[in-house]
Formats: sequence, structure tokens, C-alpha cells
Amino acid sequence: MTDAAAVPGAVAAQDPSGPLTTADGKPLKQALRKANAKARRNALLLVLPLFAFLLITYTIPIVQMMTRSVSNPEVAEYLPNTAAAIADWDGSDLPSEDVYAAMVADLNAGGRSTIGRVAARLNAELAGVRSTMMGAMRDSDEFQAPYKDALLADDDDWADPRLWKLIQRESRTLTPAYYLRALDYEYDENGDIVRRPEYLQVYTQTFWQTAWMSGLITIITILLGYPVAHLLATLPPARANLLMILVLLPFWTSLLVRTSAWIVLLQQEGVINDVLVLLHIVDEDGRIRMIYNRIGTIVAMTHILLPFMILPLYSVMKTIPPSLTRAARSMGATPLRAHLTVYMPLTVPGLAAGVLLVFILAIGYYITPALVGGESGIFISNLIADRMTGSLAQLRLALALATILLVGVLVLYWLFNKLVGVDRLKFG
Amino acid sequence: MARPVYESGLERAWRITYLTICGLIFFFLIAPIIVIIPLSFNATPYFTFTKEMLSLDPSGYSLRWYDNLFNSGEWTRSIQNSFFIAIVSSIIATALGTLAALGLSRREMPARALITAFLISPMIVPLIITAAALFAFYARLNLSQTYFSIIMSHVVLGAPFVVITVTAALSGFDNQLIRASQSLGANQATTFFKVILPLLTPGIVAGALFAFITSLDEVVVVLFLAGPRQVPMTVQMFGSLREEISPTILALATILVCLSILLLSFMEMMRRRTEKLRSGG
Amino acid sequence: MLRHILIGTTASLLAAGAAVAAEPLNIVSWGGAYSMSQRKAYHEPYSEKTGTEILEEDKSNQALAGIRSQVEAGNVTWDVVDMLQADAQRACDEGLLEEIPFDQLAEAPDGTSAMDDFIEGTTGDCFVPQILYATMFAYNTDAFPDGGPKTVADVWDLETYPGTRALEKIPQKNLEWALIADGVAPDEVYEVLATQEGQDQAFAKLDEIKDSIIWWDAGAQPPQMLADGEATIATAYNGRIFNAQVNEGQPFAIMWDGQMFEVDGWVVPVDTGQFDQIMDYLKFATDTQRLADQAKWISYAPARSSSVELVGNLWKEEGGEAVETDIDMKPHMPTAPENFQNAIQFDTDFWADYGDALEERFNAWLNS
Repeated sequence: MTDAAAVPGAVAAQDPSGPLTTADGKPLKQALRKANAKARRNALLLVLPLFAFLLITYTIPIVQMMTRSVSNPEVAEYLPNTAAAIADWDGSDLPSEDVYAAMVADLNAGGRSTIGRVAARLNAELAGVRSTMMGAMRDSDEFQAPYKDALLADDDDWADPRLWKLIQRESRTLTPAYYLRALDYEYDENGDIVRRPEYLQVYTQTFWQTAWMSGLITIITILLGYPVAHLLATLPPARANLLMILVLLPFWTSLLVRTSAWIVLLQQEGVINDVLVLLHIVDEDGRIRMIYNRIGTIVAMTHILLPFMILPLYSVMKTIPPSLTRAARSMGATPLRAHLTVYMPLTVPGLAAGVLLVFILAIGYYITPALVGGESGIFISNLIADRMTGSLAQLRLALALATILLVGVLVLYWLFNKLVGVDRLKFG
Repeated sequence: MARPVYESGLERAWRITYLTICGLIFFFLIAPIIVIIPLSFNATPYFTFTKEMLSLDPSGYSLRWYDNLFNSGEWTRSIQNSFFIAIVSSIIATALGTLAALGLSRREMPARALITAFLISPMIVPLIITAAALFAFYARLNLSQTYFSIIMSHVVLGAPFVVITVTAALSGFDNQLIRASQSLGANQATTFFKVILPLLTPGIVAGALFAFITSLDEVVVVLFLAGPRQVPMTVQMFGSLREEISPTILALATILVCLSILLLSFMEMMRRRTEKLRSGG
Repeated sequence: MLRHILIGTTASLLAAGAAVAAEPLNIVSWGGAYSMSQRKAYHEPYSEKTGTEILEEDKSNQALAGIRSQVEAGNVTWDVVDMLQADAQRACDEGLLEEIPFDQLAEAPDGTSAMDDFIEGTTGDCFVPQILYATMFAYNTDAFPDGGPKTVADVWDLETYPGTRALEKIPQKNLEWALIADGVAPDEVYEVLATQEGQDQAFAKLDEIKDSIIWWDAGAQPPQMLADGEATIATAYNGRIFNAQVNEGQPFAIMWDGQMFEVDGWVVPVDTGQFDQIMDYLKFATDTQRLADQAKWISYAPARSSSVELVGNLWKEEGGEAVETDIDMKPHMPTAPENFQNAIQFDTDFWADYGDALEERFNAWLNS
């Protein structure tokens, strides 16, 4: 930018028929460019504080978290000799004496905590490794060469080739293992990637459940939100504003308050069941279970997300002049036809905004399913939260699941930006 | 126009059906919130209407849950914590968010869409992910279980709302007003404080209120970040909903609903005022 | 979930002049009636004696993850954590806990060392036992006017004993009971459960009643569920049921069959920076009298042999005053001979090895 500022005067002096100049003799184009650059800088400077703040206290933590989902330092760090010695093993029969000697050296060198960590890591893949390894650690100072025999005498699990294959595989410091698990795959004994046994497949299924329940909730919010938004957009402003409060009040009310309200209403000893019993629709023993299952999640989340559908629809519908449908009808269209062919297509932008917004928000829900979803009505976020409090392996699995969810949400968000534009987001 | 009479009859029937449907949807929206209010005055520790309550017998009602709420150290301290965190974080979020919105609405702003999308993303990213990431981040800095980490996290979550509302207020802004002000000899600072700011105030206030309520209402991040001294009321409520459900929650819920009504009325007032200002009335 | 009670505040103000101002202790436990019993028996007397402020957090149900993340982050805020023996073993193996110098704990009144005074098998390298408790089935007597279930197999009998079962949302104990209900002898349960077929068998048995189960994850929930009618039969910790029976007059009965014994106790995370002070607290809180005192408030058996005979009557809190009732606690102890006949010892080692695998399968099974 500095050279642009230095040159113009000279150019203008040499060529009078040249470009337009400003009062102080600078070419207008460059002066404008300069002013523009300054304005851009100013604009960026205004955005900078929040931008930098989010980068440091938000983006960096998330990226750090994602890198932990592939980390696998235990074997390499706490069994360094074994990891080096076993690298060349061809996987047939059992490893050589060198490997066993390296293991004994590692067990001797490591303290309870380091061996404990690597044992816990390996035990997560193969049940029983923990006690084998911790037992050997306690006895390790008594082992004499040949170490192979000494270890086999200590615990015959040391003769299990699965254990050694596991150690060989896990000596990598980065692993895709948690992503495989998150998609219901795993390594088999030979290190090939295979589908997990059916009784352990839960994550893909929960991802699907999260998607279809969010989809269903989105559809219900369309069915409920569309007529209401239409009514609000066509009523005279004074009455519309009054009714708008009925939409905005839930929107402004605490999520936990609304969730407690649904617990009050839906539980077996709750208000709705009481009314049904009172009206003799069901008898005292036949109280319906409407909560702590999928119904609970769907009803409560529909209620919570409905304003996010109504508000964007309303703001688009408000801009559609009523004269358009009147014109269509005056040309002979039935009300239904006028509505379907003229009105509805014009509401599509609002609909797209509402659908994407509700869907994106729904798939990340945690609190409401946790409180009213029981076991069947949970979302992937609930599994993530659940696994996060377990063992280290479960924690990393949770982070892998979280990363997959995050990527999914970001794709949808990108779609939202492309189709709708974030600047269309408005509240209230 | 062959069968006008028949059609208008059908239309009328449709109109009534339509209004009924809308009425039911409004009922669905508002009834759950209303129903907890009388239940918070329940004299028995259950979440149901007793016979005494239904027959409006005064003995069926009591203030014991409100008493419980205000006389329990745990609850009052958690309410104080919540308000402290919400006030501080919404002030910071409003300052950062307003500046960013002013920048974003400049014509010269480069990569506007991309940057806006980034600034708003905390609203979109599932809270459990944000919470897990922030927990690990602050724990590593030795700052988990502090007010600082909770407030910073709530600034992250609240700022997008400020960006949105202030940007919206700016988009309805008549740039001629600035030129008019400057042509009348006002410098940039005067223009900003005397012309721009008053017109933006409703947007900023709305954003601040959103940031405030977002913080007040936030559960997931504080579940991870709050230590015993910072426990906010949402964590207290969440625990209570999961374990020992007591109508004390309903008393607090009722108060929170009243707070929402108050904030909402305030927003409506602001909106009307701006409409007047904008239309030059 | 989270609770903080600044017990020591007034006491510490009084003591501030005399004692050296000590750092407050962050103590993590399970909440509800259990935390109350610890507060009465340990925390309040200790605060009064030393002026130390004690902060309580009810996060023991995620103790392992909590300690791990604090230790990994190098930011340990929990000083003393109430934990199950099996989890304590895991955490100890992972190097997350301090090893306990048992010779620094209080001797029994007759001079027996602490290590020998604790009931055999209850201590761990990093684990100071407090109580023995039983997890067993309990039911609401109102739901079964003709008599409630008597054996573990009865719990699976939905026809004779209809209604929802409330079980804890963990594989531990539920899988054992499923096998027992399926006819496996109690002393062979762990052998069977170590095999693939045994695991299949246990899950198949749980499948039979899956649709009639609601799950709980906090000890305060099962009595609540029984009282609300959400469940007719629930697994619960014996102390919680006792509390509901005696303090709230709930019509609950305990089924003393196949109940599983576990030990609960204290652990200390590494790197608290105040280990000496913590040991001072532990010496006080696990002495013979204190452990016996806890049994005044909740029906868990003290883990010291010397405490057993000191167990007396139940105490209650009335209007802020502690009042002794005329209920003798001895017959309510899970270790009382008449309650102990069909008890099963929970196998901590088995679960340390198979916990990861079975938890995973259990979680998958739950969500399928």
C-alpha cells in the first residue's frame, strides 16, 4: 500500500490527460483504493476482538479435543523396549525371547502408574490383560532369564498370540481405532478391519436414530409452525403482535423449565394421565407411559424447537403481499390452488431456514433427551456425554463420536449458509 | 365463480377449522408453561393437582416451596452465582458482539459471509462438544472450576446472539442519516454517539438480553466447568430433576417464567420505541 | 448432583484465632442420605475440632473420570473422594491415587493396628474402607398385597409379581443376578460370566424383562421410584431403603436374597498438594468411633471390626437438633446374621478385568 501512495503524484504530473485526480493531485482511482483499504482495515479491526477471542477460547479447544481422539501414546511411551523389539515380529507363533526380555525390562522400569495405564489401555481391547500385566509387574523383579519361560510361568496368558499382536498393533502413537469403533468396526485378531459383532453395534444405530428423530421433529414443527406463522403474518399487526407473545414466551423461557413442565405433564402420575383417568379414558392401572422413552423426547423437543420454525417462516410470510393470492383467485384459481401454486413457493426460503435451523439444533440436543428420553429416546450427544465419564478408552471414543457429529453439523451449517445465509437469522 | 354460495360455506368451515387448529397449537405452546405455575403452590410434594387444589380449597395451596427455595443456602447461592455469571458474561459478549457487528455491516468488510458464519458457529455446534472441549482446555490451564472459565465460555455462547441482533438493527439503518450528520459538521465520534448509537440501542439491548438469558439458561457447559463454589441454578435444577424431584424446582421455574415475561415486555417496548424513531414519529 | 455446604464456616470463624488457618477440603461423595451421614459423623465434628472448612460435591458417580481428567490436567481440585472398591482399584492401577500409609491411621481402642482392624479384604493400596453395604432388591408392599418376591428368580416372574423393575444402569450386579435367576449357582456366577456363553446367557435373561425395566443412575432414585409408583421392585442400596422405611415411613420391604456386598471408602487423588492435611482428616474420619457414628444415621455396616459393637440407636435431625431415637440399628445392618445368609461377595477383580468389555456390551444392549 505504501508504494501506491508514493507514486501517484509523479504519474499525474507527467501525463495531464491521465486519470482523474483528487484536489491534492492524487489519481482518484488510487485515492479511492487507499480509502477502501483503510475502510477494510477499520472493518476488520472492529471484528478482530471477537474473532480473536473465539479463535483462542473456542476454536483451539475444539481442535485440541479432536486431536486427542486419535492419540494412542501408552504402549510406545510406557513399554518402549517392547514396542521396539516387537516391531519386526512377523506375527506367526509367539515372539522371540528378545521381546519377552524387553517386556520384563519395561515392567521393571515402569512404576505402578505407567504400567497401570498401559494395562488399562490394552485391557479395553482384550479383557483380562490388566490382571496379567499387573500381576507380572508385581513379580517382575524376581524374573530370571530366559524371560519367555519366566513370564509364561507367571501367567499363561503371556502365551496368547492375541496379546502380542495387540501390543504390536497398539505401539503406533496414532490410531484410527476409536473412529472404527464409532462406526461399529474393529480390528480382528489379524489386524484386519471387520464389522463388530451385532450385539456391540450401537453407535451407527444411534447416529441414525438421532437423524430420524430430528427429522421427525422437524416435520412436526413444519406441520405445527406453518399454519401458525401464516396466521400471524396475515392478521392485523396489533393482534398478530399479541399472539406473537405466545410464540416468544416459550422461546424466552428456560430450557430446563420447559423440560420440567413436560415431566410434570407426561409422567405416569402426571397431569395428562390424571386427566385421562378422570375422564375414564384409561383406568388407574392403565396409565400411559409417555415419558422416559422416544415419545417424551419427541414431544418435549418439538415444543422447544417450534419457535425456531415459526419465526423464520413468519418473517418471510410477512413480506408476501396478500394481493398476490387475491390476484390468482380472481383469475379463477381455487383457494387451495392459489395457496399451493402462488403462496407456498414464495415461503420456501423461510421454510428452508426453519427446517435447517431446527434440524441442526435438534441433532446436537443433550439435556432434554437426557431428562425425558429414558433409554430408547436418546441422541448421540447422550452417548458422548455418557462415555466421557468412563475409562480413558471410552473417553477417546467419545471424542471420536463428537468429532463425527461435529463434522455432520458443520456440513449442514455450510448448507444453511449456502441456501439461506446466516445473515437471514433473526430472533424476536 | 359457478358455486359461490357453496364455496363460501366451505371456506367458512375451513376458516373455522383453521382457526381451531391454530388455537390448539398456541395452546400446545403455552399450556406447559402455564401449568407449572399453580403446581408450584401445591401443598403436597407431588407434581399433580390434588383434589383440594381443584376445588380451590385454600388448604391445598401453600408457599412452602418458595420458602424452601429462598431459605435453602444451596438454592439461593446458586441463583446468585447464575446472575453474577450471566451479568458479567453478557456485558462482555455485548461489547465484543456489537463491535463485530459494526465491522460486519461495513460495505468494505472482506469475506463477510465466511466471518459471520464463524462468529455465529458457537450457536450451532452441539453444546456437548463445546463443553467437552472447553473443559479440557481450561483444565489444562488450571482454570476449570473458576468463575473466569465459566464466564469466558458464556461469552463465547452469548456473543453470536449479539452479532445477529445488532447486525439486524444495522441492516435497517438508513446510511443517509450518517451522511446528513457528517454534512452538518459532526465528526465521527459525535456521529457515532449522537446518531448511530441511539438508533442501535434496541438491537444492542436485545442482544444483551439474549446473551444474558443464554448464560442464565445454560446447563451443559457449567455441568462440566462449575466447581462447588460456582454451582449455578441450572446445575442445581438438572441434578434435582435427575434425582430427587421436588416442587422447589417448580417454584424457581415460576419465577423464571415471570422473568421471561418481564424481559419480553421490555423488548416489545423497545421495539415500539424504535419503530416510532425510525418512522420519524 | 452438585452440592456445596459450607459446613465449617461458623466453626472456622471461631477457630480462626486459635488454629492455623487450614486450606478447605473438597470432599466428593454420593449425595442424599449418604452424604448427610458422612456430614454428621465425620465432616461436622472435624470442622469443629480443627476449623477446617469442608466443601462437598456430589460427584462420586463420575469419580473415576473426574479424577482422571484432573490428574491429567495437572489441576487436582478434589482432595478426598468417596469411591467404590472396584473403581478405586482401577484408578490406583492407573496411578491416579496416592497410596495410603495405613500406619498413619488411628489404631483401634485396644491397640490393634488400623490395617488389622479393618475387615479382611476391604482395604486396598489406595483405598481406606468406610462401610460395607449391600445392593439388593426392595419392593413396595402396597404393590403386592399377597406378599412380595422372595428370591432373585421371582424378580423375573412378571406374572406373579407384575410391575416395572428399577435397576441400576450398570452391568455390574445385574448380570450376576440374571445368571442367578437363570439357575446358575451363586458361587459359580463369576466363572460363568467370564465366558462368552455365560455373557450371552446373562444378556438373554435380562432381555426377558427389558421392557419392564426403568434404569436409575443415582442412589436417591430407586426409593423415589418405588414411592411414586414408577416401579414396584427396585434394586437399591440397603441404606437408602432403610432411610425411606424409617425416616419417611414408606411401605417398603427388603428382599434379603442374593444381595451383593461391596465396600465403599475414601481415596486421595495424587498431586493434591495437601496430603498431610488430608491424612489428618482421614485419621479422624476413619477411627473406630467415627465409623460407628456413621451407622447412627444410615444402615451401613462400619468397615472396622472394633466399630461393630459401638453401633447403637438411630439418630435423627429434628429442627436442626440431632435427636436419638429408640430404633436399634444392629438388626438393620446388612452384616447382621439374619440378613447375611444368602449374600454374595461382589468380585472386584473380575470387574477390573471384564468391566470394559461388559460395560460396552451392556451400553450397546441398553440402546438397542
